[in-house]
Amino acid sequence: MTSLVADTRTVFSRELRPLRYDPFTIIISMVQPLVFLALFAPLLPGDKSEALRWFVPGIIVMSCLFASSMTGSNLLFEIQTGSHERMLVTPLRRPALLIGRALKEIVPMVAQAALIVVVCLPFGYRLSVGGALLGLVILAGFSIGLGALSYALALAAKHQEWMFWVVQQTLLFPILLLAGVLLPLDGGPGWLRTLASFNPLRYVVDAERALFTGDIWQSTTVTGLVAAAAVGAFGLFVGVRAMNRST
Amino acid sequence: MKPSVGHMIETRGLTKHFKDVRAVDGIDLTVARGELVALLGPNGAGKSTTLRMLTTLIPPTAGTATVAGFDVVRRQREVRQRIGYIGQGNGAGHSQRGRDELISQGRAYGMGVRPARARAAELIESLGLGEVADRKVATLSGGQRRRLDIAMGLIHAPELLFLDEPSTGLDPQNRANLQEHILRLRAEHGTTIVLTTHYLDEADSMAERVIVVDHGRVIADDSPARLKAEHVGDTILLGFDSEQETTAAAATLSGRDSHPYGKELRIRTQGGPRQVPGLLEDLRSAGLPAASVEVIRPTLDDVFLTLTGRSLREGGANADRQPAVELVEV
Repeated sequence: MTSLVADTRTVFSRELRPLRYDPFTIIISMVQPLVFLALFAPLLPGDKSEALRWFVPGIIVMSCLFASSMTGSNLLFEIQTGSHERMLVTPLRRPALLIGRALKEIVPMVAQAALIVVVCLPFGYRLSVGGALLGLVILAGFSIGLGALSYALALAAKHQEWMFWVVQQTLLFPILLLAGVLLPLDGGPGWLRTLASFNPLRYVVDAERALFTGDIWQSTTVTGLVAAAAVGAFGLFVGVRAMNRST
Repeated sequence: MKPSVGHMIETRGLTKHFKDVRAVDGIDLTVARGELVALLGPNGAGKSTTLRMLTTLIPPTAGTATVAGFDVVRRQREVRQRIGYIGQGNGAGHSQRGRDELISQGRAYGMGVRPARARAAELIESLGLGEVADRKVATLSGGQRRRLDIAMGLIHAPELLFLDEPSTGLDPQNRANLQEHILRLRAEHGTTIVLTTHYLDEADSMAERVIVVDHGRVIADDSPARLKAEHVGDTILLGFDSEQETTAAAATLSGRDSHPYGKELRIRTQGGPRQVPGLLEDLRSAGLPAASVEVIRPTLDDVFLTLTGRSLREGGANADRQPAVELVEV
């Protein structure tokens, strides 16, 4: 019998394989945030390198949020054709199905993050490599959880696919805006900041900003880790449950 | 961890309710090692739901099932490791390539990269998929995809193979092909095979044991030959030159279950072909030679009709052209 790591690798490499034959989709997804950055960053007030220090981690978090929330969308088709059912009958561990699929969405994001950083270097952007790597680990934990929730959503919506998109789109932007990814929350009204304090992504973003600049020994690192781990564990729990209950 | 010896499948009161619908309503089933069993019944009879419980896809509402020696609820991984499953859909991802899918399927069962690669090549060869194995699955024809599904289900050489409606949607040639593969698999490896079908001829020609399911229950369970003999029997059709002769013949054969219809006399009996010579002899000596004779052997549909009062008939005159099953009230 296999281990969880081996199972995850099986699922992950299966998911990644079509991209190898069709690299164009990866290139598109890589360029997207660069366009976003190019059009948004000039609007940021003040010193450019300072603005990028705040903005680059946010962009990377945003890409991961979008990508991992899409985990279930590829699944919808496989649920219809029968290949998901085929995988459920194999002895693959259920969490491996969730983690492997979520990782497939976020691993290209790591390459994307590197690209963004490189593009920003000429504009005076500097980052701490160690801090950024820890930041990516935290982000991965969050993304696995969100990817698993997206997977569960696809299972729940398998008979009405539009429902998947309605829920995904409805939740995506509040999560994004209430995390202070695009605009800082500090100037917002009290109710908004209270709402944001219930958003785990907000703690992840705060942690990323500090880590990318090299402030590793901060309380934000701990709260970010805790928030990401909580989302990860919750997502896997819900995802496995959804798989076992799906008919 | 040792599987219990004995039966490959054993269920007790296996039940599945979906809200108010009793999809499977207390099925007791025993399948021995090496058997080839067909679950036959109309759409919605509970065949697929039964299979989905036995393959750990859905938990039973009540009852128990042991598959390959392990409980389907408490020991799911052990069950999954030992069974192959070919569902109604296509197991291979449409954006994948067949060979890749076979290898990753092997990896899912814990095979090493090299053995998985070798086994994939072997199955590609034996199922005649050589030319399409490295193409995107989406570009394959229905028959090719189905053969790829079979290969996926066999990658780990399971001791027990489930097939859910394996030939639905295939043209007659591909159906025959598929049936041949299944039978060969059994002959060569002694694999236990459980398949569901609503094709009467498929159940009849392939399975040595047919389990007739209706409304979530087993209503008959035996070899096709015995099911027919026990529930329907044969009909001997004798033709005469006139209605008078027919009536006279019916009187001569008064001890038999015979019914005259115009110039035709229908006799219901067991072991029809063996009775014909004696019957003709009797009639000849009574001065009533038959002009024609025909022995009608029952089909499994006749069995279903006798058991349920409904026909499990495939739509249209040519069943091959119209695979959809149709429940006809008679």
